[in-house]
Amino acid sequence: MESIIHFAPYTGWVYPNETVFEWSILIAVYPYITGLVAGAFTVSSLYQVFGFERLKPVAHMALLTSLSFMIFVPTPLLLHLGHPERAFNATITPHLTSAMAMFGFFASFYVALLLVEGWFANRPYIVEQAQKRTDLLGKFYRLLTLGSYDVSERSLRYDKKWIFALAVIGIPGAHGLHGYVGFMYGSVKAREWWSSDLMAVIFLFSAIISGVSLLAVLYVATCKMRKIPVDLACLKGLAYTIWAFIMVALLLEGLEFANMVYKNREGMDMIMQYVTGPLLIPYFVLQFAVGAITPFLWLSYMIWRGTTGKALIVGVTVCACLVLFSVFMMRWNVVIGGQEISKTGKGLLSYHLPFWGKEGALMAIFLTTAPLGLLYVLTRLFPPWADAATHAPS
Amino acid sequence: MKKEDSAPTLVARRAFLAKLGGAATCAGAAVGAATLGILPTASAKTEPAADGASFPTKDYDWTKHQWAFGVDATKCIGCLRCVEACKTENSVPQNAHQFRTWVERYVHIEDEKETRIDSQQDPVNIEASGSEKTFRFANRYKDAKVDKAFFVPKLCNHCTHPSCVQVCPTGATFKTEDGVVLVDETYCIGCRYCVQACPYGARFLNEEKGVADKCTWCYHRITKGLQPACVEVCPVGARVFGNLKDKQSPVSLFIRNNRVQVLKPDMGNAPNVFYVGIDKEVN
Repeated sequence: MESIIHFAPYTGWVYPNETVFEWSILIAVYPYITGLVAGAFTVSSLYQVFGFERLKPVAHMALLTSLSFMIFVPTPLLLHLGHPERAFNATITPHLTSAMAMFGFFASFYVALLLVEGWFANRPYIVEQAQKRTDLLGKFYRLLTLGSYDVSERSLRYDKKWIFALAVIGIPGAHGLHGYVGFMYGSVKAREWWSSDLMAVIFLFSAIISGVSLLAVLYVATCKMRKIPVDLACLKGLAYTIWAFIMVALLLEGLEFANMVYKNREGMDMIMQYVTGPLLIPYFVLQFAVGAITPFLWLSYMIWRGTTGKALIVGVTVCACLVLFSVFMMRWNVVIGGQEISKTGKGLLSYHLPFWGKEGALMAIFLTTAPLGLLYVLTRLFPPWADAATHAPS
Repeated sequence: MKKEDSAPTLVARRAFLAKLGGAATCAGAAVGAATLGILPTASAKTEPAADGASFPTKDYDWTKHQWAFGVDATKCIGCLRCVEACKTENSVPQNAHQFRTWVERYVHIEDEKETRIDSQQDPVNIEASGSEKTFRFANRYKDAKVDKAFFVPKLCNHCTHPSCVQVCPTGATFKTEDGVVLVDETYCIGCRYCVQACPYGARFLNEEKGVADKCTWCYHRITKGLQPACVEVCPVGARVFGNLKDKQSPVSLFIRNNRVQVLKPDMGNAPNVFYVGIDKEVN
């Protein structure tokens, strides 16, 4: 087995066993990817369930994005396990008191839901390709039709009903999945930095803003790649969504921190020493100032001034990138930050991020960006574009 | 079906299918019973110990034992024999960062607000011992004006409500009938949720085995009537171990004759390691 022990330097008093960081950057990547899944699904639902027509150009891509990232969700966990070959033990014999045990079931259910919804949404295209193509890909599409070539109006109406129903179920599914991830941290009473009733909700809202931001960036990027004009109404719709949810996300995080400070429980001195010391830049500067408050103010300005055209495209794209960065920093500050504060309440540790190795920075970057590769393949197989030139999904 | 299929073949096939059906029914019933809570989820671990074929000691009955541990910090001299004995007895990784048991040193120096705390893994102490396999406390306070100093041995608290057992996604970490928290090394997936959940820092990942590791109170010894290795080697009797169901056992007497306390009682874990002579900053 590759050496995974990295002895962490520390100050003050920490338990001897704490000098090894047990949860690495991969455990920060895991909730990050899960959050992107939930956030992307939110965009799809806003269109499919709540009738946000202006989001139509990204609605279909949102579903594919959600699926692409969801398929990669288990990978950081599997890479992290001491015995990945035993991973299914948690599913075969789930220990019902464990917050982690149900993950396999939730994740599998949600993957199945995404696959079925994706199938219904793409059925007309699949049937069309199955009838048109004679090559190997044609065989693939014929297999995907599952024997149903009926694309009559009546049949499509039936499909739409299914899409709607699955999208409705998917809302609690996606958000439940991610809220559950937040609960896994929030329920650990041993760590003051994690142990919070608000943790699940904070995770959820940060997930939504990250997923919507990802969609905004992907939408602008795909428009540029396909050399078609960006639908400004759609982009504005995404900007409004980010703006509204970022407010709640900021408020919740602020509330949590205020609560912790105000309660001033044992170990708070060390936490204050931590947030005003090693965490000052990653937490206050990068996560809040640069990644959350800046895009919030910038988006507010653009909405107030009615910014449009190129300024809107650039503005929203940059803001979305900042939000994506901020949410990653939030995951980092929770997962790594939580372990940097000793359970003794009397010492601080510092995590060294290796570049190479299965739990290094390169692997984290790969796992975060790999879903984009899958998304590229999926967009080739099932074009999600809503413009008339190509495929017009429901 | 081909015509030439002989009757014996058909009979054999039917018998096989019947067996398969029977097995499926049994498995289904077991799953159903487990879901309903009729069968314990880890039946091999909760059956009467003496009957369990896998159990190490045949004549040991865990229903007659409720193990507990006592630490008299006023007696500990910080010799670290216990730490070394534990490492040897239990094949704990030979490094200065992973321990099933450890000893903390608390030193109040005159006019200093904060108590100085260290353990054998502190780089200064490792330098003094000159090895990561043998341990000693460096005489680092010989020139300081020490007001008060004491040692506190630490180990897994084998809690009545163990956080590690609660969070384990597979049930690989479990509590035995006689009150010991153990890890099934053949079933643990190495997710380390238990390491995070333990408020006392008693767990770590055994890198060689890829599974969670922790103190077992030397379960292989105590079920044979022996003492845990750390208790056995302690030269001053600072560590006490025994059966709470036996009113005259060393630990029963220790709890009865002293005013004992547990670590981090606010966590609600109800530890089963009882301390005497620790100060307010010990947690």
